[in-house]
Amino acid sequence: MTRASSEGALLLRGGRILDPSSNVDEVGDVLLSNGVVEAIGRIGEVRRDGDELHTIDCAGRVVSPGFVDVHCHLREPGREEVETIATGARAAAAGGFTAVCAMPNTDPVTDNQAAVGFIISQARLAGASRVYPIGAISIGEKGETLAEFGEMVGAGAVAVSDDGKPVVSAQLMRTALEYARTFGIPVADHCEEPTLAAGGAMNEGIMSARLGLRGIPAEAEEIMAIRDMLLARLTGGHIHLCHMSTKGSVELIRWGKERGINVTAEVCPHHLSLTEEAVDGYDTNAKMNPPLRTLADVEALQQAVRDGTIDVIATDHAPHHYDEKEREFADAPNGIVGLETALAVNLTWLVHSGIIGLPLLVERMACAPARLFKLPGGTLRKGALADVTVFDPDASWTVDPARFRSKGRNTPYTGQTLRGLVDLTVVGGRIIHQRQS
Amino acid sequence: MIEPLGKDLLGLEPLSGDQIRLILDTAEPFKEISERAIKKVPTLRGSTIVNLFFEASTRTRVSFEFAEKRLSADTVNVASSGSSVSKGETLVDTARNLEAMRIDMVVIRHGASGAAQFLAERIESNVINAGDGTHEHPTQGLLDLLTLRDHFKRLAGLKICICGDVLHSRVARSNIWGLQKMGAEVAVCGPRSLLPNAIDDFGVTVFNRIEDAIQWADALNVLRLQLERMQAGYIPSLREYNRVFGISSERLDRAPKDLLILHPGPMNRGVEIDSDVADGPHSVILNQVTNGVAVRMAVLYLLAGGKPELAEAAKSGGR
Repeated sequence: MTRASSEGALLLRGGRILDPSSNVDEVGDVLLSNGVVEAIGRIGEVRRDGDELHTIDCAGRVVSPGFVDVHCHLREPGREEVETIATGARAAAAGGFTAVCAMPNTDPVTDNQAAVGFIISQARLAGASRVYPIGAISIGEKGETLAEFGEMVGAGAVAVSDDGKPVVSAQLMRTALEYARTFGIPVADHCEEPTLAAGGAMNEGIMSARLGLRGIPAEAEEIMAIRDMLLARLTGGHIHLCHMSTKGSVELIRWGKERGINVTAEVCPHHLSLTEEAVDGYDTNAKMNPPLRTLADVEALQQAVRDGTIDVIATDHAPHHYDEKEREFADAPNGIVGLETALAVNLTWLVHSGIIGLPLLVERMACAPARLFKLPGGTLRKGALADVTVFDPDASWTVDPARFRSKGRNTPYTGQTLRGLVDLTVVGGRIIHQRQS
Repeated sequence: MIEPLGKDLLGLEPLSGDQIRLILDTAEPFKEISERAIKKVPTLRGSTIVNLFFEASTRTRVSFEFAEKRLSADTVNVASSGSSVSKGETLVDTARNLEAMRIDMVVIRHGASGAAQFLAERIESNVINAGDGTHEHPTQGLLDLLTLRDHFKRLAGLKICICGDVLHSRVARSNIWGLQKMGAEVAVCGPRSLLPNAIDDFGVTVFNRIEDAIQWADALNVLRLQLERMQAGYIPSLREYNRVFGISSERLDRAPKDLLILHPGPMNRGVEIDSDVADGPHSVILNQVTNGVAVRMAVLYLLAGGKPELAEAAKSGGR
């Protein structure tokens, strides 16, 4: 990290400025000062007198609003050997994320205002990407008693979720949607019908049958996705469907949106790029929940990102200690790290493959997540927070988990050559990550 | 030229038909050793083999142990109930400790699918899968193939129906792959709640009625139905299972031809198979057990680098 520009102004010179939130796509200069976007203009036309001006050449690079991840697991408090808020926030910075939302399934669970405050203070100490806490829906994520949304929002929580676990009780979900509406926050649900998914280790299909692993059918997700949408229709609350993984879910969300239901949905880079084939050989780094599905699901999700059925791409960054993954497949924990590979995976499988253009990727990774979760950032409009990401969409690199800033090394992309590298991550006008050349 | 088997035997799915035939052909000369008064040849003298059983097993463990001892290997049995997790030591630590003792082969039985491959990827010793979760049990599949071939003198074109709990059966998977690679036609028959949802993608025929399977098949491989399946709610009762799917002599009497009856054991008499069938003239259940030793000797011999064409000579001397 460099603090060189923390006091003075920062000029990002000659990059392709891409900000779908203000329909900007042009080569030019971006001037950041006093923690906000001060001006955008043609090359050489943005000037500033007085204060020291730190100029960074961005020719050939994309300058976009900083990426916002609405779904990650930072493990602190409780599993600091796996990740801390500081290491997670630095991994986020390295991945081009200027803000991340931390899921509450920590130990103890983030289900009260003090726990929310702890995350915010740890994030401030870390001084990397912004970290916005997500509070639990129910006390202890036990699915029984509603947590105190009002106080958590007061302390800085931006949404509620029992992520990692589904909200089994439809009545509790109904109440959560109603109560959350009072405070204007989304309810993010991990859609999984628990009796259908019980004991499952991967997608149910020919691969699970071959490998002799218990499968999780697509319907386990879809049943809860449609239940949640119907409850959102009933209550007018905002349901945000986490990590959608199936073609059927896409069709259901489309159905819900056509009817004006207040539903938004996210998808993870791994569900846009990998199939259950990655599990062959019992690779525990291909084990996550929801599981990797089939090619038809991947293609449906890619199209959903394109047509807007899916609003945002979120990482579900889930670090685990290496020896937790170094075991029998059925016993290994779910989840992979994602903050430092998300941009390159998305560029490689969505943009360079011709499915979407760069502006739409920026919309799904930066603008839409900030807008839906009502976070500052996600735009380069004059006066907006100076949260900016500069990246090279074409640069090739080979994934080497040993170089991650995250403590987690659990990635299925090890050794793969991907395209897209983050050059610079700026939060509040301050450089928090700069690529070593 | 047949591809060598490689370092390990993890399943029949990765093997070619030629490789399976090689194992079966190699087993033929080893059958005779078990018929001798002195049932021992020096083929694997000096080799150290660990039988690592994380699940209770009598038949498979004893069969492997006889195969090893009749080839003069030094063997150690390590039995551990429960999973490696409940044992406290991880499977990878177990593997590293075994490797440090400079062993030559590990025979592993484990409750987790993929455990044998997991071990094989982490140690240099040969690994033989003696059953991993609900994945594969390749030596059982091979001994079933050998028993069928003994009787019919061929495998190509045979119609074999696997009956019962295919969903949870590693024996079923090894049989499906092995039989298909040898050119047999495979069917399955059982309640749909005990068949994988993706069973159609296996290229097998599915019979809902055992009567139809009996009309079709040359042989039935009858799987054990475990009591836990009823407790977990996959079927309403063992009694009804026997009434609807049980292999009885009444049902077999209506077959157009004599059916060969196989069962991997241990049997639940009166559930999936009636005693008069199990003990009847068409049962080759004990032949399977006898063949198990020969097949396992062949696998041990081949993985140790033995030349198939020298298997006959190996009975009397060196490798």
